[in-house]
Amino acid sequence: MDFFDRFTIPPHDDPMLYASIVAIGLVSIAIVLGVTYFKKWGYLWSEWLTTVDHKRIGIMYIISALLMLFRGGADAVMMRLQTAVPDNSFLDAQHYNEVFTTHGVVMIFFMAMAFIIGMMNFVVPLQIGARDVAFPRLNALSFWLYFAGAMLFNISFVVGGSPDAGWTNYYPLAGTEFSEHVGVNYYNWALQISGIGTLMTGINFIATIMKMRAPGMTLMKMPMFTWSALITNLIIVFAFPVLTIALLMGTLDRQFFTNFFTTGDGGMDMMWANLFWIWGHPEVYILILPAFGIYSQIIATFSQRNLYGYKSMVASMVIISLLSFMVWVHHFFTMGQGAVANSIFSITTMAIAVPTGIKIFNWLLTMWKGKIRFTTPMMYSVAFIPLFTIGGVTGVMLAIASADYQYHNTMFLVAHFHNVIIPGVVFAMIAGLIYYWPKMFGFLLNERIGKWAFWNIVIGFCLSFFPMYITGLNGQARRMYTYSEASGFGPLSMVSFFGALLLAIGFVLIVYNVYYSFRYAPRNVGDDPWNARSLEWATHNPVPEYNFAITPNVNSSEAFWDYKKNGHDLFKGEIKDIHMPNNSGWSIIFAGIFFVFAFCFVFHVWVGVIIAFAGIIGCLLYRSFEKDDGHHIHKEEIEETEKKFGGAK
Amino acid sequence: MKLDSKNLPLEYSTETNRMNILGFWIFLSAEIMLFATLFTSYFVYVDRGVGSGPAGAEIFELPPVLIETFLLLTSSFTIGLAVHAMRINRVKAMIGFMVVTLLLGAGFLSVEVYEFIHYYHIGATLQTSGFTATLLTTLGTHGAHVTLGLFWGIMIIIQILRNGLNARTANKSFIFSLYWHFLDVMWIFIFSFIYLKGMM
Repeated sequence: MDFFDRFTIPPHDDPMLYASIVAIGLVSIAIVLGVTYFKKWGYLWSEWLTTVDHKRIGIMYIISALLMLFRGGADAVMMRLQTAVPDNSFLDAQHYNEVFTTHGVVMIFFMAMAFIIGMMNFVVPLQIGARDVAFPRLNALSFWLYFAGAMLFNISFVVGGSPDAGWTNYYPLAGTEFSEHVGVNYYNWALQISGIGTLMTGINFIATIMKMRAPGMTLMKMPMFTWSALITNLIIVFAFPVLTIALLMGTLDRQFFTNFFTTGDGGMDMMWANLFWIWGHPEVYILILPAFGIYSQIIATFSQRNLYGYKSMVASMVIISLLSFMVWVHHFFTMGQGAVANSIFSITTMAIAVPTGIKIFNWLLTMWKGKIRFTTPMMYSVAFIPLFTIGGVTGVMLAIASADYQYHNTMFLVAHFHNVIIPGVVFAMIAGLIYYWPKMFGFLLNERIGKWAFWNIVIGFCLSFFPMYITGLNGQARRMYTYSEASGFGPLSMVSFFGALLLAIGFVLIVYNVYYSFRYAPRNVGDDPWNARSLEWATHNPVPEYNFAITPNVNSSEAFWDYKKNGHDLFKGEIKDIHMPNNSGWSIIFAGIFFVFAFCFVFHVWVGVIIAFAGIIGCLLYRSFEKDDGHHIHKEEIEETEKKFGGAK
Repeated sequence: MKLDSKNLPLEYSTETNRMNILGFWIFLSAEIMLFATLFTSYFVYVDRGVGSGPAGAEIFELPPVLIETFLLLTSSFTIGLAVHAMRINRVKAMIGFMVVTLLLGAGFLSVEVYEFIHYYHIGATLQTSGFTATLLTTLGTHGAHVTLGLFWGIMIIIQILRNGLNARTANKSFIFSLYWHFLDVMWIFIFSFIYLKGMM
């Protein structure tokens, strides 16, 4: 029985944990039974699990991201509940540590990353007039590796114990000396696997955007979201290998007793902090740039004007991407560099505010004199501008190295980064999801429920995080599971808890909206329900497998608008046979073996590691010898499909 | 100048092939970042991370390193010859040069294994200090890449023998040559900045 002891969780006297084990078990059984009952296994396997279609992969990314949003959101509500009143005993210290760690990791890696990659998957090929991404099979593998990583991370709290050293996982706290149980091993391996998937996505999308644009679409005629995706993927390719090495070193330290980040024998714990943030700060821009891209699309569409300052938008993104690699030390001003290093990083950090400010003005000037329609996506975009600016201003406050000694590791910092990530990334993703929903599923989400959700989320956001600025400046440290009544943090923390509840209600309303609209929304919304401007709206609703029957011919970044209003001939030429890649179960099997490999590694089950490694080699060999030239969709078939939609596009 | 698809070499002849080569170049740039991170870490640990363990100058030996360098640089030359043979459609010569390349690679690996055993015997193991951990991880990452390359190369040779030289196998061989040259470039950095600098 000794062998199985390692899989038990460290002792908790917490009934909630056991309740969630039961809940996970029941939900899994219900899903399996449900799919079996409705005889959907075949459909699920052949249409979704094995798909290489960028649109479906995008949708799977987004569904996973939403699941993770609710997992991370549950963590968030638990934290706010625990700190709502002084000396609360809802969670103990260890449990609280695990909850804030998993909240951070799940939200950054498995929610936000998946959401932006899902959006890129769905939108970018349509926006550049391509049939798919450059490497469709690799794209499926990226998704399944991400999914394997996410699942590995999520089982940690019922098998072996969750990581508890914070999402930044600083050493020596994360070393074996202070974090004995397997939690941090999970962190290392889950992020390693999904990180490999993300790196592949980066390579895939750079190749796609560089090589597969429709004729006439020069770089400076790409829609803004595609530009942001290109820059983001460049950052991914240059930043993620750093994380790979940092995680490898962490794994070696914890599982093979090396001395990279220990405090003796030449180890340097600050090395982790440096490597982590050399990846981690560019990561911030990996998240925010696609969000900027989505806002640019939405604001231009609903202001019914072309985007103001296209060139400066592109230039500012390029500058941001370069600066993003030069600011990492600002995450630990207080951790022992000299005044010179701190000053340099302080200045580079403040410099980022300049290109970001340019973008803010461009969005404002796009709306200036525009005919604004306040749809739900537009409301999120309009709320984003002032809220994000507040987050940016507090960011510049934090960038002042000497003043940072007051803010460092307080709730002020927590308020700041939520203030940029929630209005920045989360609002953008919700807005983007509502905006592209008709392209994905063929009907619009209900605007009335959508606006109710919007107001809950915006007010909930302000109530949750603005009080933290105040308690933070008053000295409330982050990551503390409780505080005394004498500290005076009680009332504002209670406000914060109510805000969290409003946020939760807002997200539940979004889910309700999906259900409601699925049942009641009209299906005849047409191909272009928003009167939009860029190429992705020139496709049918829902988009056929091959996207465009005739490769479009582009003359500007708003080719579809020109087609509608200025008589531009978008679809010259005639329908020909289209070459498409084949579906394949290889990706999901390969990622499944990776999951087993990492799981065994986490628990030092070396037999399993060796067997899974052999499986990985086997998959690579299979792929090397496999002959898969894809298939052709014939002209007649396409013409028939197009006829159903009423005319070729 | 517009590229004429009729005059392109075999490995560039199809759309998929051109995409694969571009994708691999982007992958190599990620690999550069991977090794750059290792080198940067090495420079941090080389002086300050020695702890109670040995320093570089105490454990490095010139002869095995020179043999490794000689073997790997030569293999980079022979893989270049293999690609040249491929371009003029001399399949036998191409396979011959690829076999020589892989043999040289295997020779490199054997010497590296000997070197690692030597470090182990003189008490410079993965666990000794921050410095030895970074040194062995950097060398090990490079060695693991070479090992992967060996098996990859063998698979490509088998496929050329089975299917002959076509757009697919030519593409694979060319990409393999890019990979192999890249490993060589990384070794030059390792040789210069780890060994030579360490022995000075």
